[in-house]
Amino acid sequence: MSGDGITSAMPNPGTVEGGRMQAPTGLALFRYHMNKKLRSPAPYLMVLGLGTWVLLYWLFCEVWRLPRFEKMPGPVALVRDWLSPHPFQGISIYTEVYYTHIWVSVRRIMIAFAIATVIGVPLGLLMGWSRRFKDYTFPILETLRPIPILAWVPLAILMFKGLETPVIFLATLASLFVTVLNTLLGVESIDEAYFRAAGCLGSKPRQVFWHVVVPGSLPFIFTGLQISMGVAWFSLVAAEMVSGDYGLGYMILSSYVNSVTVPMVIGMLTLGFVGWFTSALVRMTGNRLMQWRTRALALEGR
Amino acid sequence: MSAMTATTAVHGAAAPAAHRGGKGAISIKNVTKIYDPGGVNVIAVDNCSLEIASGEICMIVGPSGCGKTTLLNAIAGFHSITTGTIHLDGELLCGPDKPKAEQGADRIVVFQNGALFPWKTILDNVAYGPIIQGRLSRAEARDKAAHMLAEAGLHDVGDKYPGEVSSGMARRAEIVRALINDPKVLLLDEPYRAMDALTKSIMHEALLEMYDRTKVTIFFITHDLEESIFLGDRVVVMTTRPAKVKQIVDVKIPRPRDYKILSSDEFRQLFEQAKGAVHEEAIKAFEAGERELA
Repeated sequence: MSGDGITSAMPNPGTVEGGRMQAPTGLALFRYHMNKKLRSPAPYLMVLGLGTWVLLYWLFCEVWRLPRFEKMPGPVALVRDWLSPHPFQGISIYTEVYYTHIWVSVRRIMIAFAIATVIGVPLGLLMGWSRRFKDYTFPILETLRPIPILAWVPLAILMFKGLETPVIFLATLASLFVTVLNTLLGVESIDEAYFRAAGCLGSKPRQVFWHVVVPGSLPFIFTGLQISMGVAWFSLVAAEMVSGDYGLGYMILSSYVNSVTVPMVIGMLTLGFVGWFTSALVRMTGNRLMQWRTRALALEGR
Repeated sequence: MSAMTATTAVHGAAAPAAHRGGKGAISIKNVTKIYDPGGVNVIAVDNCSLEIASGEICMIVGPSGCGKTTLLNAIAGFHSITTGTIHLDGELLCGPDKPKAEQGADRIVVFQNGALFPWKTILDNVAYGPIIQGRLSRAEARDKAAHMLAEAGLHDVGDKYPGEVSSGMARRAEIVRALINDPKVLLLDEPYRAMDALTKSIMHEALLEMYDRTKVTIFFITHDLEESIFLGDRVVVMTTRPAKVKQIVDVKIPRPRDYKILSSDEFRQLFEQAKGAVHEEAIKAFEAGERELA
């Protein structure tokens, strides 16, 4: 854990065959990466950083009870309730309603994110690929995009029946704009030389679309999808606070209304974890689909 | 042809120097290209004529931004021309009624910065042309690609992505990707510009080897005079913008050539000849101080 960056002293798991190193695979590769990670300072710094953060939180709320922090549940109270089979304030990992809230939100996010991706990616690809299509659609997009999602709430409630659809609509809308814009930028970022090369090699426009436009814009698309996942959560929670019966946003607001602060903070932290997890899923999918990029970046040590 | 030889032509006419029964004779006649960025006309190529024989390696040298690439773009069909005609094997590529040539696999460009698709493996890159043109099935194309890569000395790279191999390997693979389509003309736009001298010499040998197998006509843009004389049948020196042919240097050094010729008297003489012409134009270009055109 000296962190001097010298890794050559490590046992190298590759095998030498015919004078050439064979790259390790499977478990050997995993162990190699774990080993390398544990020798770098990163994991220890992470634990240290997290520890400091929790310590300060504990000192502020439960030891010193600083002004403005006295109403906030401290880490001990929070964890005690969160893990208790009989939570004092009603929500813990043993109560069914906690999972109902999580599931309702996750389900809404999955629907909204799926719709936004299925519409947004092709729309962005077409806009980037066809100048004329962009001329038709871009002004509309640019006018609607800056309207804050909260400004759509009344209209969404008027337009859609029930509680579920308006909430999903709002999350979809927010995520759609991000996806379209990033996909469009992705197409525009593709080097002209690839289009020319494809033309030289005899590609028809449709083949250029599938062999150049789509794969070439994937890096931007996936960056966009990660952001879009974030804004989907953001607008979902806002929408759930305005109109909802379940969901993490609803749970946070109703806890506040009922003056139970522990479930409120549990809701917030749960959002953090679930949001992180969903973003990681998107990132992993991206890395899988873009082996070419992952492998090249790995060679650069990134 | 007088327009072109009006300048100090060393070798009277721009007639083809070599004819080795290859394919793809290019005939450029009185081609002019005028750009108008910001409403101001810029003449990139001015009444330029040049005959390139089938199977010739024709090297184009000239100052940066003189309009060499404009000519290449016109042949490849990336850009239109304003006046004049370009024929390939007697067939009109572009002319008065058809200012922009159609892109096609009979003229394939190898780009300055490389344009292997980074998202396809090298094998899939090479197999791409025959598959999408519908000439070969996927399996046949991949077989042929593997065979051609091996022939070019690229044995183990088929499964790699372009981002995983050296730029020299990638450029060689890109030439193989062009040659698998059996093109008439290979258009190279300073393909070895960013390479060190040692890598360059390896690339030159590899290119000549591939040329010997295919006898494809090569239109090769470069700044490197040594490269141009080592590889070329003729070295065409262009004037600074607007580009036309300033001088043509015939290189009659027999093939196969190796690196010993670099120190021969003949090579030195040709080098001096070309150097003089290029230097003159380079000074003019520098004084004009204009930005390069695409």
